[in-house]
Amino acid sequence: MKRIIVGVAALVALNVHAADELKIGFLSTLSGPAGGIGIEIRDGFNLATKLAGGKLGGMKTEVIFADDTLNPDTGRQLAERLLKRDRVNLMTGIVFSNVMLAVWPTIQEAKTFYIAPNATPTSITGKGCSPYFFSASWPNEAHHEAAGAFAQQKGFKNAYLIAPNYPAGKDALTGFKRTYKGTIVNEYYSKLNQLDYSAELAQIRAAKPDALYAFLPGGMGINFIKQFVAAGLSNEIQLIVPGFASDQDVVRAVGEPMLGLFDTSQWAYDLDNDANRKFVEEFQKEYKRIPTLYAEQGYTAALIIDQAVKDAKGKVEDPKAFRAALMKAPERAKTPRGPWKEAANGTPIQDYYVRALVKDREGRIVNKKIATILQNHKDHWLGECSMK
Amino acid sequence: MSAILFFEQGLNGVQFGLMLFLLAAGLTLVFGIMDMINLAHGSLYMIGAYFMASFVQATGSFWIGLPLALIATAIVGAILEITLLRRLYGRDHLTQVLATFAIILIANELVRIAWGSQPIMLNPPAELTGPVALPGGLRYASYRLVIIATGTLVALLLYLLVTKTRVGMLVRAGASNREMAAAMGVNIRRLFTAVFALGAALCALAGAMLGPILAVQVGMGENILILAFVVIVIGGIGSIRGAFVGSLLVGIVDTSGRAFLPLLFSTFLPPQLASAAGPAVASILIYLLMAVVLYFKPQGLFPARG
Repeated sequence: MKRIIVGVAALVALNVHAADELKIGFLSTLSGPAGGIGIEIRDGFNLATKLAGGKLGGMKTEVIFADDTLNPDTGRQLAERLLKRDRVNLMTGIVFSNVMLAVWPTIQEAKTFYIAPNATPTSITGKGCSPYFFSASWPNEAHHEAAGAFAQQKGFKNAYLIAPNYPAGKDALTGFKRTYKGTIVNEYYSKLNQLDYSAELAQIRAAKPDALYAFLPGGMGINFIKQFVAAGLSNEIQLIVPGFASDQDVVRAVGEPMLGLFDTSQWAYDLDNDANRKFVEEFQKEYKRIPTLYAEQGYTAALIIDQAVKDAKGKVEDPKAFRAALMKAPERAKTPRGPWKEAANGTPIQDYYVRALVKDREGRIVNKKIATILQNHKDHWLGECSMK
Repeated sequence: MSAILFFEQGLNGVQFGLMLFLLAAGLTLVFGIMDMINLAHGSLYMIGAYFMASFVQATGSFWIGLPLALIATAIVGAILEITLLRRLYGRDHLTQVLATFAIILIANELVRIAWGSQPIMLNPPAELTGPVALPGGLRYASYRLVIIATGTLVALLLYLLVTKTRVGMLVRAGASNREMAAAMGVNIRRLFTAVFALGAALCALAGAMLGPILAVQVGMGENILILAFVVIVIGGIGSIRGAFVGSLLVGIVDTSGRAFLPLLFSTFLPPQLASAAGPAVASILIYLLMAVVLYFKPQGLFPARG
């Protein structure tokens, strides 16, 4: 319904397009089983826009929302519409790498800047890098590299790895193995959208690994964690997961069994800086829930846009000036993550943290930061990008 | 491989099969007796799980929430049948598929509006959260044993209902020849509403029992519905016995594929290839099984209609 209203509003606004107005195309997965992720990113983005008084970079901002429903073809059509009919100045919002890869050629052809609040696939940051791509989140393999580094640092002698059998699953385990030097007991690729993991859990129990790294996004992760705990394995094996697989959205669905898990993330709700305290407080006031890292990414993407537009004095249409402002924005904007440097391929050079799932003083289950595991970590594929 | 692991995997297979049976039983009843392809069966499963989660939260008890969720979902099912599905019986299967697919989309959005878009919490009752020790030193999730018991009990009750009671006789009569049954004075309308409500209650039972080990989220029904369809096609559409045997077959084949194929492959393939090929082949095993069964028995193992 909201989409229709926004769509109608967009039609009306079409004819009054003024130079001092900023139009942002927000293409995301807002419905279906994975719709919750897009909604988190959207809520974070909206919050930052609202706190900026509806004006990002001092320009009256209109955000046009479109729902790709996790279908790459739909995503491409909607991107065409946003770029050609609505003539947006900037694009953002995409959750999933497969949608990102399908939509990317369209955005690049239109010479429009894309600010990534999530998906940052290696093929766009490596050889295929582009001046129009800017990630305000993290390169696809970074959480897994951080998890591998954590398992290494903890001194786990061996690890069992499990991921779904699809490209992102293989990337995840590749990332983990890049930083983990212990023995890999087994690298198991389960069926995508698998429901029952009892056979795998029996094998894991028999293999007796020190650590278990599970990259099982969305519902698969919820299934797995519930069954892992029900089988009593949580007392025997340390489970490690990437941060997005154990954030507040999953905590709300699983509850107590989550306690004692470790995960890795570019952000934590208790990062000690003013910008983060403001974000967490305002988000809870607005939406009555603790933000996830997805919400932080949406919020940060909006702050980066705000800073870059301000610094470029509104010249979004001037690629050179705007890119220069964009690349400096993470050092200048007050993001909840603190300042970071952006690498030439448009990926953050930033810290990654280990978080533990614990109860806070009010008895809520939260992801508490316990250590910084990677400092100023660069995208592995930066070297393949020819841009300087 | 130790004997215990072998036994555990066997138990896992039976358990997964009975999980599927809970859903397949309702599907085969509706499909077989009413000759109606109901894709929205998965939506009733989802609604059952959401009702369960809400009732458990409201009452604080798993065992009070369970009957409430069953009743509520049965009512939703009956309303759905009376207002909508009834109009589809005379139509061809394609129309039914289209209409019930629409119901899936509508149900997903309604659930999103009512409960939000993120997965919600449903955990096993406190006394069943951990594993129990079985003879031989095997530690097995206690909740999974409850699923095995529930599945077996439901199979038994349905079998008695269909074969030994008057209602079951009417159901069988309606299934084998609808017009003749109507001509003999059976109130087919009311019978169908009752059967559909029963199917919905079975969906709710499946959703409520599986919710604690699976994610309760929008769209949870579509994923498992495919497996339920495989089960009833293998078992023979409309047959409870077929659904039972079919779901055990699917559960055991799928689980042992995932458990034993990687080991089998590692005897003659390099380890890297074996660990990749094992799960990949295992994931198509049940479809192979279906193809083989259909080749030899195109009507499934236990066809309800002669």
